[in-house]
Amino acid sequence: MSGPNSQFDPVEVAVLQPEAVDAAREAALAAIEAAGDPEELKAVRTAHAGDRSPLALANREIGALPPQARKEAGQRVGKARGAVEQALGRRAAVLEAEHEERMLATETVDVTLPTDRQPAGARHPLTTGAELIADIFVAMGWEVAEGPVIEAEWLNFDALNLGPDHPARTMQDTFWTEPASDHLVLRTQTSPVQARTMLSRTPPIYVVSPGRVFRTDEYDATHSPVFHQVEGLAIDRGISMAHLKGTLDHFATAMFGEGITTRFRPSYFPFTEPSAEVDLVCFVCRGSGTDPERGGSVVCRTCKGEGWIEWGGCGVVNPRVLRACGVDDTEFTGFAFGMGIDRSLMFRHGISDMRDLFEGDVRFATTFGSEL
Amino acid sequence: MRVPVSWIREHADLPESATSEELAARLTALGLKLEALERPAEAITGPLVVGRVLTMEPEPQKNGKTINWCTVDVGDANGTGEPQGIVCGAHNFAPGDLVVVILPGGVLPGNFAISARKTYGHVSAGMICSGAELGLSAESDGIVVLPADAGEPGDDAIGVLGLDDDVIEMEINPDRAYALSVRGVARDAALAYDAPFRDPCERDVPPADDAGWPVRIEDPAGCPVFVARLVSGLDATATTPEFIARRLTQAGMRPISLAVDVTNYVMLETGRPIHGYDADKLTGTVGVRRAGAGERLTTLDGTRRILSPEDLVVVDDSGLIGLGGVMGGEDTEMSATTTRVLVESAHWDPVSMFRTGRRHKITSEAGKRNERGVDPTICEAAADRVVELLVTYGGATAEPGVTVVGTPPAREPITMAADLPARVSGIDIPADRAVQVLRDQGFAVDAEGADVVAVPPQWRPDVTDPFDLVEEVVRVVGYDAVPSVLPTPGAGRGLTRAQRLRRRVGRTLAGAGAVEVVSFPFVGDASLDALGLDADDERRRTIRLANPLSAQEPAYTTTLLPGLLRAAARNLGRGATGVTLFETGSVVRGGSSPTPILGVESRPSELELKELLAGVPDQPLHLGLVLAGERERAGWWGEGASPQGWAGWADALALVRRLGDELGVPLSTRAAVRAPWHPGRCAEVLAGEGESAVVLGHAGELHPRVCDAHDLPRRSAAVELDLDALLALAPDRVAGPELSSFPMAKEDVALLVDVSVTAAEVEAALREGAGELLESVRLFDVYTGAQVPEGKKSLAFALRFRAPDRTLTEAETGAARDAAVAAAAERCGAVQR
Ligand SMILES: [Zn+2]
Repeated sequence: MSGPNSQFDPVEVAVLQPEAVDAAREAALAAIEAAGDPEELKAVRTAHAGDRSPLALANREIGALPPQARKEAGQRVGKARGAVEQALGRRAAVLEAEHEERMLATETVDVTLPTDRQPAGARHPLTTGAELIADIFVAMGWEVAEGPVIEAEWLNFDALNLGPDHPARTMQDTFWTEPASDHLVLRTQTSPVQARTMLSRTPPIYVVSPGRVFRTDEYDATHSPVFHQVEGLAIDRGISMAHLKGTLDHFATAMFGEGITTRFRPSYFPFTEPSAEVDLVCFVCRGSGTDPERGGSVVCRTCKGEGWIEWGGCGVVNPRVLRACGVDDTEFTGFAFGMGIDRSLMFRHGISDMRDLFEGDVRFATTFGSEL
Repeated sequence: MRVPVSWIREHADLPESATSEELAARLTALGLKLEALERPAEAITGPLVVGRVLTMEPEPQKNGKTINWCTVDVGDANGTGEPQGIVCGAHNFAPGDLVVVILPGGVLPGNFAISARKTYGHVSAGMICSGAELGLSAESDGIVVLPADAGEPGDDAIGVLGLDDDVIEMEINPDRAYALSVRGVARDAALAYDAPFRDPCERDVPPADDAGWPVRIEDPAGCPVFVARLVSGLDATATTPEFIARRLTQAGMRPISLAVDVTNYVMLETGRPIHGYDADKLTGTVGVRRAGAGERLTTLDGTRRILSPEDLVVVDDSGLIGLGGVMGGEDTEMSATTTRVLVESAHWDPVSMFRTGRRHKITSEAGKRNERGVDPTICEAAADRVVELLVTYGGATAEPGVTVVGTPPAREPITMAADLPARVSGIDIPADRAVQVLRDQGFAVDAEGADVVAVPPQWRPDVTDPFDLVEEVVRVVGYDAVPSVLPTPGAGRGLTRAQRLRRRVGRTLAGAGAVEVVSFPFVGDASLDALGLDADDERRRTIRLANPLSAQEPAYTTTLLPGLLRAAARNLGRGATGVTLFETGSVVRGGSSPTPILGVESRPSELELKELLAGVPDQPLHLGLVLAGERERAGWWGEGASPQGWAGWADALALVRRLGDELGVPLSTRAAVRAPWHPGRCAEVLAGEGESAVVLGHAGELHPRVCDAHDLPRRSAAVELDLDALLALAPDRVAGPELSSFPMAKEDVALLVDVSVTAAEVEAALREGAGELLESVRLFDVYTGAQVPEGKKSLAFALRFRAPDRTLTEAETGAARDAAVAAAAERCGAVQR
C-alpha cells in the first residue's frame, strides 16, 4: 500500500484506469455466472469480492489520487463493486433454488400408494336417513320425540281409537309379549309416541317420531318383521288437511328432490278421520309412467306405469284420539302422517332388497358413508 | 272385493264411454282402492268361436294316452262352413256339446299362437279350449262345455265366455264394508259419474206373517233381525245358470251347486250373507242364543269346535245347527239331494262376529261382512231375492209364510257444524254443497242454523262422528282439491342434547373405522348359551313373545351382542379380513309387569298414567361393539398398529375411551369377570370416582369359547355399554381452562411393581403424590424381562409439571417428582429403577 502522494499523476495509477476497473468488473461477473454450485460461488466471491480482489485493491488506491480525481474514481469503483455484489446475490438465489429442487426431487413419493391403514367406518343409512328426515322437520321448527318399542297395549291401540274389537287390530299383525296379562306389545307403529307426546305436553305440538316398529310379516325382499317408521303429529288451532298436504309436499321435495309432490287418496286409519294414503310422484319417470331410459311405451318399472308410488298414510287426527290424550278437541285440530323409513330409503337410493338393511354386511353401510 | 264391470253397470247407468280404467280410478278416488284391473280379452286374439262337436273318435296311442279325433261345426268362422278337424286330449264332452274353439291364427293367453299342425296322424286345425287355456281358471278340469243355450256355432266366444267383461279388484278398508257388495260399489260408481243408481235391495217383498218357519230369538242384541223363508220342490239336478257361475268365478268364488251359488250370488249382490239349511234336516223351531260353555258343533268345513258362552249359535229342537253369522253346521248343510231350503237372512252383532271369528280362527266371506257391519234393513229383500232365484232357476216353489223377527235398530243423528268440512279439509266447501253431497250418498240431512244434522244410511254403520261426515263430504269433493299450505309452528327447540350426542357417538365410532349395523332384537336360549351366560345372569330375563317368528329366537333381547357377533362372523365368512361393527339399540332390563287398559273417553288420571308408564319395561339404549380379525391393515407402511396385528382387547378399550373423550365423560376401567368376556381380559367401564362411580358396561377380549361358538377368530373383542347412562353424564356446559404459558418441566420415572399392581393404581398414586404442579402423567412403557426380577414389571411414566404463574425451578420439579414416586412406593410398593 502506498501513502498519499501530492505529486501524483492520475494517469500513472494503473489499477484505477477506467479500462482496468471495467475489466475487473467483467471478469468478476463472468466468474459469477460460471459458478455451478454454492461452493464454486463461495470461491468466486473470495476472488472477486474479497479483501484481496482487484476491485477491493483498486478501492484502496482511491485515497492516493488527488482530491479532484477521487470522486470520479470512487464512483467508478463503487459502481463496479455494487454490480458484482448484486450479481453474487442473484446467482446465490438461483443456485440455492436449483439445489433445493434437486434435493426435493430425490424425495419424490408415489402418491398413488394406498393409505388404507384404518379401514373406513360408516354409519347405517337407517340411522342417517332418520337424521336426514329429523333435520328436515327441525328446520321447520318441529321437534323429535321418542318412545319405547315395547309398549303398553293401551298406548299402541286403545288410545289411538283402536278398541279391543276394532277390525283394524287384526290388520296389523302384532307381536304380543307374555304373559298376555301384561298387555304389552312390540309397537306396530310409532304412533304411541304421539299419544305419549299429547299426554305429556300442551299444544301447539309439532313433533316427528322416527323409530323401530314390528309386525309379524314374513322376511323377504320387500317385507321385514322389523322395520322403521317416521310419524309426524301437528296439533294447533285451525290445522287442516291443507297443512298436512303442505307439510308432506315439502317433506317429499326435501327428501326426493324438486318436483316430487304428493297425492292423497281416501283411506282408513283409526287414528285419523278423514284419512288418506299419500302417493309420491314417481321420481324415476316423474309421473309419466314410462321408462325414461328406454322411452316410448316401455312401462316404468319403479311405479309399474302408475306414475305414482305409495308412500304412507296420513289424515286429520281423530277427535276421539285427542280426547283420550287430554287435548281439547273443541279448540285444537291436528294432522298425523306415517311412512316407512326403510321403504323411503329404498326409493331414494334404489335399494332392491330390504334384507340388505339388516344383514350387517359392511359393504352395504360403507357405500353410504356417514351422512346421507 | 272383485266385481265385474258388467255387474256394476247393471245397477249404475254409467256412460257408455266410461272405460274400466277410468271407472277404477274414480272408485279409487272415492276410497275403493284399485288393486288390479283384469282384462281377460286383452290376452286373447281370435278367432275364438263357439263350436258344436259333431263327431269324436277315440284313438288309443302307443304312449298309453287316448286322443279324440273330432269334427266340430264352427259355422262360417273358418271361411268354408265345413266341419273343422281337431285333435283333443280331453274326454269330458260328447258329440252335440257346445265347446270353445280357437282357430289357426288365434293367440291364447301366454302368447300361445295356434296353427294347423300335424299330430297323432291328423292335421289338427285349431284347438278345443280348457278354462285354464283361456285364462278363466287356475287349473283345468278338461275343456269348457258351454250351456246348450250359450250360442250358435261360429259365434264369437269372447262375449259368450264373458271375457270382454273386465273385473275390478279393490282393496276395501274396514270402514267401507258396504263396498263388499255390488250394491255398494255400484252406488259409489253412480256417485262418481253422477249417474242414476238402481238399488238391488229396493224390491217389493211379501209382508211378514205368522205362517212362516217358527223362529225364536233369545238374544236380540246379538241377532236383532232374523228373516226365514222356505222353498220346496227344488230340482236337485238343476244347474247353476251360466251368468251366476261366471260372476261367482269372476268374483273369486267357486260355483258349487245351485242353492249354494244362489246364496253366494245374493251375498255378493247385496252384501248380506245368507245361509241356506236343508229344511228336511231341521227339527222344529229355529232359535238363536249364546252357546253354553263347552258346547260342541261341527261346522260345515268339517271342524269340530268347542264353543264359548260368547258365541252366538243357531239351534233347532235337535240342538246346535250353526255358528250364527259365521258358519253353518255340518248336520243341516245343503247337499246334492236337497229339495227344501230354509233361507236364513239375519243381522248379527258385529262385535260378536269379530270375536267368534277370531276365537275359532274362521275367515269366511260371510264372517268378513258380518263383522264389519251389514245393512240391517235388507234382510227381507235379500231373502226374497234368494227365493226368486231358486224359483226361477231351480224350479222351486216359494212356500207361503214369511218369518221376520226383530226390527233393525234406528240410526242416531249426527250433528256437525256446517263449516266443519271446509275447516277440516282446507277446501272452500259451502255448507249447502256439503249437505248435497251427503244427501247424494243417502244421508238424511237437515240444516239447523250453523249446524247440519245428518242421519247416516243403514249401510254406513261406520259413520258415527262429525269427522266421519267430513270424510264422506271431502271424498266426493275430491282429495285432489286439498290445497298445499305449510303450517307455521313457533320457534322449535331443535334436537335434544341426547339426540345430538347420539349422533356424535355414531360419528365418532365411524370416524374410528367402525361400521354401524342394524340387527333384529330377538334372542333365544341358544344365543344366550353361546355367550356363556350363567343360569341366573340378569340378561336371561328377556321378554318372551307370545307369537315369535322363530321358535329359536322367541324373546326380546337384553343384550346387543348376539346380533353383532353374528354380523361379524357373516362379514368374515363373506371374505372380510377384519371388521369393527357397532350398533345402538334398546334392550330390555328387569323383565315386565302388567299395564292397565284405561278408558278412552277422556284423559286418564295422573295416577292411572303413572301406573301405565310404570308397567312398561325399562328399555335402555345400549351401544355394542365387536372387533374381529384385522383392525388396522398391514401394508407398505408395515404392520397394523394393534399389538398382534389383530383386533384385541386394547382396541376395544381404545374405542371406549375415545367415546369418553368425545363426550367429555372421563372413563376409567377396572378388571372384571363377566360373560362373554375372557376372565382375565375384561374391563368394567366406569364413570365417576370412588363410591359414586357408575358401571356403564364392559369391554375386552371375548372368551375363547365364545369366539369358537360364533365362528370368530380367537382374541376378538367386544363392548357393551348403557348408552343412555353414558350420555346422561356428558357435561352440559364445560368451564373453559386457564392456560399457563410458562415453560413445562419434564420428568420421566420408571417404577418396578408387582405384576398384579395395575397401571391405574400406580398412576393414581403418582398423581396424588405429585400435587398440583403436575399437569399430566402418561404411561409410555411397560417392560418385563431380563432386566426385571421375576414377578415384577417396570412401568415408565412421563410426568409433566407446570405452574400457572412462574417458571418452575429444578428443585421444585425434583421435589414434586420425588413426592410422586414416594406416594407410588407407599401405596403400590413401587421402587424407582
Ligand atoms: Zn315411474
